[in-house]
Amino acid sequence: MLKQKVQELFNEPGCVTNQGKSDAERKKGCSIKGLTPGAAAGGCAYDGALIALQPITDVVHLVHGPIACAGNAWDNRHAASSGSELYRMGFTTDMSELDVIHGGEKKLWKAIKDVIADRNPPAVFVYQTCVPALIGDDVEKVCEVATEKLGVPVIPVNAPGFVGSKNLGNKLGGEALLDHVIGTMEPDDAGPTDVNIIGEYNLSGELWQVKPLFEKLGIRLRACITGDARYRDVATAHRARVNMMVCSQAMINVGRKMQERWGIPFFEGSFYGIEDTSDVLRTMSRLLVDQGADPGLIDRAEALIAEEEENAWAAIRAYKPRLEGRKVLLYTGGHKSWSVVSALQEVGMEVVRTSVRKATDNDKARALDLMEGEESALVGAIPAPEMYRMLEEGEADIMLSGGRTQFVALKARRPWLDINQERHYAYAGYVGMVELVRQLDKAVNNPMWATIQKDAPWDADGNLLTTAGGEG
Amino acid sequence: MQKPSEKFVIARKSASTNPLKMSPPLGAAMAYLGLDGCLPLFHGSQGCTAFALVLLVRHFKEAIPFQTTAMNEVTTILGGMDNVEQAVLNIHKRARPKVIGICSTGLTETRGEDTFADVRTIQAKHAEALGDTQLVFAATPDFAGGVQEGWGKAVSAMIDRFVPAGDGTRTLRQINVLAGAHMSPGDVDELREIIEAFGLEPIILPDLSGSLDGHVPGRHVGTTYGGTTIADMGRMHRSACTLAIGEHMRISGERLEARTGVPTRFIDGLTGLEAVDRLVVTLAEISGKPVPKRLRRQRSQLVDSMLDGHFHFGGKRIAIAAEPDLLWALGPIFTGMGAELSTVVTTMPAPHLEALDCAKVIVGDLGDLETGAAETGADLLVTHSHGRQASERLGLPLFRVGFPQFDRIGAAHQTLLGYRGTRALVCDLANTFIDHAHHASPADWAGAGSGEGSHGGSQAAAG
Repeated sequence: MLKQKVQELFNEPGCVTNQGKSDAERKKGCSIKGLTPGAAAGGCAYDGALIALQPITDVVHLVHGPIACAGNAWDNRHAASSGSELYRMGFTTDMSELDVIHGGEKKLWKAIKDVIADRNPPAVFVYQTCVPALIGDDVEKVCEVATEKLGVPVIPVNAPGFVGSKNLGNKLGGEALLDHVIGTMEPDDAGPTDVNIIGEYNLSGELWQVKPLFEKLGIRLRACITGDARYRDVATAHRARVNMMVCSQAMINVGRKMQERWGIPFFEGSFYGIEDTSDVLRTMSRLLVDQGADPGLIDRAEALIAEEEENAWAAIRAYKPRLEGRKVLLYTGGHKSWSVVSALQEVGMEVVRTSVRKATDNDKARALDLMEGEESALVGAIPAPEMYRMLEEGEADIMLSGGRTQFVALKARRPWLDINQERHYAYAGYVGMVELVRQLDKAVNNPMWATIQKDAPWDADGNLLTTAGGEG
Repeated sequence: MQKPSEKFVIARKSASTNPLKMSPPLGAAMAYLGLDGCLPLFHGSQGCTAFALVLLVRHFKEAIPFQTTAMNEVTTILGGMDNVEQAVLNIHKRARPKVIGICSTGLTETRGEDTFADVRTIQAKHAEALGDTQLVFAATPDFAGGVQEGWGKAVSAMIDRFVPAGDGTRTLRQINVLAGAHMSPGDVDELREIIEAFGLEPIILPDLSGSLDGHVPGRHVGTTYGGTTIADMGRMHRSACTLAIGEHMRISGERLEARTGVPTRFIDGLTGLEAVDRLVVTLAEISGKPVPKRLRRQRSQLVDSMLDGHFHFGGKRIAIAAEPDLLWALGPIFTGMGAELSTVVTTMPAPHLEALDCAKVIVGDLGDLETGAAETGADLLVTHSHGRQASERLGLPLFRVGFPQFDRIGAAHQTLLGYRGTRALVCDLANTFIDHAHHASPADWAGAGSGEGSHGGSQAAAG
């Protein structure tokens, strides 16, 4: 059953990457490259499912497996909540050697019973992991029985680590919602401007940077799947009029299947960048009007966009004197990196290289356009030693990247700014892009750099150098 | 002495709440990080590596060079030797490590793979291609133990793999130190200085102070840079003696002694005046030298900080959760300064905890710590950073110890051993008590005469 599900996800017609593949390639699934033994990075499918679902704040997330899966992983992200903190707690069956021998189903059943008795949650999400999957624990059956006997929805999330990458796990998490949650409750307040945002996890509170924009337009967020979500929001999400897919690679299956089942149109968008945010507001308004909302919404959206863009660009331009002429090494997956490039150029910064590893052709074209056709500036993967060299030799003044390459920059004693999902600062929407530039200023203009870039006043053997201070 | 069944309360619940424990492979991989030029490899699915890596990065604020054999559905069914082989060759090609430290996981141990034999086969089969890159393997199923158990297994594996059998020769000024999982890079550094103060040369295995102390190497390196070298381990059979730090190093210590004939002395704690005194006496005996002046001064400074600090410890109730040997090392500081261990939680029913000065030891999780702290009216929580949620909910201060401390800078340098480490610990704890001291109000003595309400008593000394 899980095998079918995985194969179905590999065939996902909504996925752009998939459309470009041959049948044989498709069968091999997503990110085969990422699974090379000894040269792999990133999490497993269980990790991906947890990332996708854990932001549902008021439920118990129960991990069925040995201690590694929860003990090493709980409370490790910055998905923010405006209410319940239950989702931040770590619950696990902590399987022992005896459980592995005798099977873990009974322990799981008791664990479900206990957490419901202790915490009274609206639902329990149960995560299957490698070891119980291998010994044949039937998590789906246990959850089914528990739901029936205990009267609380107990949702199986069947994404053991070995089935694949984090990205596949995101989608399997989405499948669990489609199979067991979305559409299981009816709202009593459905309205003509209800929307869902899918694939936004409210890391560092980014959802709250854009929510006010919707509120200003009278657009109501029915559910964010799953950032800052309550169980009930997700269960009633099928009554929204429009779905927006953020970071579409992750949960594209959710948007497409909701369209199939309930006729909800979806579009892909991003809150990362000023133009992107405007595009979201524009498209969302148009789709809502198509679905029967007040046509005046479109003009109101345009007015808001004009005002917000002007304010944001003005705020960003204020940093120009402090940032102009600085050279940036931009190292992200590549999708939407052009939206950051435009903001960096607005403050006069020069992007010396930007990676386009995972970018779509459209993204590449837009990035190339911004780089004035300078093809050598668009690169794939940069090996860490090369990154180190570029920074050390001053080809770039700062690197913007994810946490994995953080120490390449820091050990080269050069500024670094986290623009990946584990970051602590929120960069969504208009205010977010201003915040990004503010953080850039803080990073690159910190007076510490001048101090620590100076070598110690002695040589490798500790002999004092004759010229005071030595070379910088 | 009480029987184990009376002292230990084993939480027989099905749902562990807010785990205290982390996985044995994480402990094993952390031990491998104490080798120079090493790249640890987890034999399991990607997540086994990724979660451990993220936790270590957040604690040490350093690049952590972990790799995975990336087991998938098919290889899980057919067997993972090919994955180990491919991973080893890929790692060798890319990073040229001196050592690839391999540990198994719950996934591959449930399958029942003989990875030990596989690794030996791979090393032999690719002898030419691998050149000087050495492989070492420890079996660390996720479902048996926690970090210190995994660490212990890796240290035993390194001894088996790299330390030669004894040849009867002794280098009298050289001693071995088997460092425990509860020791930070700062702890290792401090212990080295104490040993060197006696003119002795320590070989420390594993040596996190060389690799994870946060130095800036001045070039890009894809493996650990610093730590115990293969050459160091190749000399351990000629040391005058071995100091095994922490009870979980006992098996490794015995193994080393059996292999080399070098006598092992077990050191069960290095925090607190008496514990450090025992170490200093041991070192004076081994070296035949008097106790150096600087250590005598440090001891005196510790005594003074205990004099200044004891006002704040008296009558305090402490809720503490840690793996057995960190707990064993730190517990006596509290009870020895007049505080009470009102709630004690650990991960395994380690027999030596019988002697800890407390009513009971719960083998459980941070959920038990939170409940216990609330029930016993604790004044302070002492555990790793995951205690932060309990601290917020209970409104109690959290004193972070051990691994992980992901919401702190400089966790690698937290030094809890030696006279200086103990002095800093006593001062930091006393300062925490001062920060959260009860300030007197008329209500404190509203029922005067009943003998209650002496909270404000220690304030006079706070200054």
